[in-house]
Amino acid sequence: MHSMNTPVNTTAPFAGQFDAVSDQLPGLGLSWLDTRRQEAITEYNGFGLPTNKLESWKFTRLPRIADNDFRPVGPQDGEIAVETVPSLFDESAEGHRIVFVNGHHRPELSNIERLPKGVRLESLRATLERDPTFVEHYLSDLLGDKSAALNALNSAFMDSGLVVHVERDVEVTEPIEVIRLNGKTDTPVIRHPRNVIVVEDGATLTLVKNHSGLDVGGYLTNAVTDVHVGDGATLRHYTVQAESLDALHLANVNVNVGKDATYEAFSLTIGGRLSRMETNVRLTGTGGHCNLSGAYLLRGREHCDNTTVIEHLTPDATSREVFKGVLDDDSRGVFQGKIVVHKDAQRTDGHQLSKALLLSDRAEMDAKPELEIYADDVKCSHGAATGQLDETSLFYLRSRGIPEALARNLLIQSFMGEALEEVSDLVVREVMRDRILHWLPAQCYLSEEWRQE
Amino acid sequence: MLEIKNLHASVEGKEILRGVDLTLNAGETHAIMGPNGSGKSTLSYLIAGREGYDITEGEILYNGKDLTDMAPEDRAAEGVFLAFQYPVEIPGVPNTTFLKEAVNAARRYHGEEELDALQFVKMLRQKTKELGISDDMLKRAVNVGFSGGEKKRNEILQMAVLNPKLAVLDETDSGLDIDALKVVSDGVNQLRSPERAILVITHYQRLLDHIVPDFVHVLAHGKIRRSGGKELALELEEKGYAEYNVEAA
Repeated sequence: MHSMNTPVNTTAPFAGQFDAVSDQLPGLGLSWLDTRRQEAITEYNGFGLPTNKLESWKFTRLPRIADNDFRPVGPQDGEIAVETVPSLFDESAEGHRIVFVNGHHRPELSNIERLPKGVRLESLRATLERDPTFVEHYLSDLLGDKSAALNALNSAFMDSGLVVHVERDVEVTEPIEVIRLNGKTDTPVIRHPRNVIVVEDGATLTLVKNHSGLDVGGYLTNAVTDVHVGDGATLRHYTVQAESLDALHLANVNVNVGKDATYEAFSLTIGGRLSRMETNVRLTGTGGHCNLSGAYLLRGREHCDNTTVIEHLTPDATSREVFKGVLDDDSRGVFQGKIVVHKDAQRTDGHQLSKALLLSDRAEMDAKPELEIYADDVKCSHGAATGQLDETSLFYLRSRGIPEALARNLLIQSFMGEALEEVSDLVVREVMRDRILHWLPAQCYLSEEWRQE
Repeated sequence: MLEIKNLHASVEGKEILRGVDLTLNAGETHAIMGPNGSGKSTLSYLIAGREGYDITEGEILYNGKDLTDMAPEDRAAEGVFLAFQYPVEIPGVPNTTFLKEAVNAARRYHGEEELDALQFVKMLRQKTKELGISDDMLKRAVNVGFSGGEKKRNEILQMAVLNPKLAVLDETDSGLDIDALKVVSDGVNQLRSPERAILVITHYQRLLDHIVPDFVHVLAHGKIRRSGGKELALELEEKGYAEYNVEAA
């Protein structure tokens, strides 16, 4: 099925799939997009997939992938029957939600009728048909950087995706849930979703991404999300990544935060064989604030990489990061956090914390904090710690009659509590807490009221 | 109720207890006094079942049952309680929840029905009133941000709620001012009963002015060196531990 017009680099799987699928991709015939795709595929083909030789990929090794290990996702993969949509929220509630199955928008499973005026929520394909200049305006361009080869690969294919646009001063009071159901295809597929999220000046939005695997099989997601938070705007951008056991989940999030704007991101990783979420934030207006935080709970041979780069480009901006991980069995966690304070970014306030709890002798954590500071009036702190469950605390709980398994669970929840405090939306915080509770190994005899506190 | 026979124990290969004999009957309050490093805390941990302490000889019998191979949670469910010298902070776990989990764990162990939230709160209210514990202390995370006195009061509250048969109080007076000492001691005295044995471990005599023991034992160099009535504590206060600072022949 692969036509071989593009010369194939063996370290650049999927490049050979491009010609075969290019006439089915969204936005076909838009010349600027065709040009972009061509440039991107050429660039990706030259770079290949990132390897450990790149500094930013030192701790995460992608598996060896052959061209035909994953076939390009097709429309038929999005048609599969879905009996219940696993919303993170109360199923009976009429919350805003948009559902994608293997990247394919499923309007009949979605519920977007009650969205306030001034909010656009649709597939990338739909926006490219109706309002292509909007997409053209907000797509990020990260070509020319070898460590961003996955961005280039995505820019070439962009086979699906989501567009969210909140107009100036519009406040979306209820969260919008984006449910992505993946897997259950006859053979493993690769998808390249490209999402564009624009929250204009003074607007407010809470967006909750819910990635769920439909079965245990493998598939590959190579997502890129371009985010723009306008002056004085607020975006709460939450992710629950519960992909299939064998799934590979690669995500790049490129964020631009305006003057006095707030970007708050929290990702909970409880699924996927290998996941890497790389977030690049540029604080481009004075008084901007970003919070990139997350929690990951891993077992088996799962690997989770949270890589962040926060660039302070203007004065009086603040940034905060709290990442906490629980690692069992042979799992491996990676946190790389880089804060760059540019010359003009006086009175920057940056705080970064990475903590991991190892439940097994074989689990491994690599944390790499990095500060690059070119301004002189700056407050920046970072800390990284890896440890085990505190033996004295465990004994204390057990000496009160609490069985060991429950005592361990309580201590893990206690440990995760600090990260959850970063989630300012209290409903979402409890949703996350509940997911953590369900991850825990033994049956948990916890009283209802604890969850609500 | 508690019979400790010729107990030898070591920590990381170092022998700490060298043949302790001690018997507590229901209704009795005993005090163990001794210089620092004499093995007092080790003894309390061995009774409660902390890992990392090896019994090399002898046994600990509780109501005729050997405790040695029992998990700490099972000992607790059987009625053994240890009030910690340094109570542990557990962020993110509200005190009330912790107490309720502990009570219900013991009830499950005995095949009893668990208390629901309402029943539990009713039971708790009564105990907190007696101990002068505020609602705020119940809502906060376990021991987080508690003063020294609050932490110790919280230990006594746990004891009151769990209703143990054997309570070991490890240096309960440490870190307490006179007022706090009185509150904590009053709490302990209220819990004295003919069905319960209490073992008070302390370095100083002052606690024993408030919790007056029936028997006092001196532990030094891993052995009970002398036993007597409450007057022995006064003698130690006066003379110090100097005469016990040499190993027994």
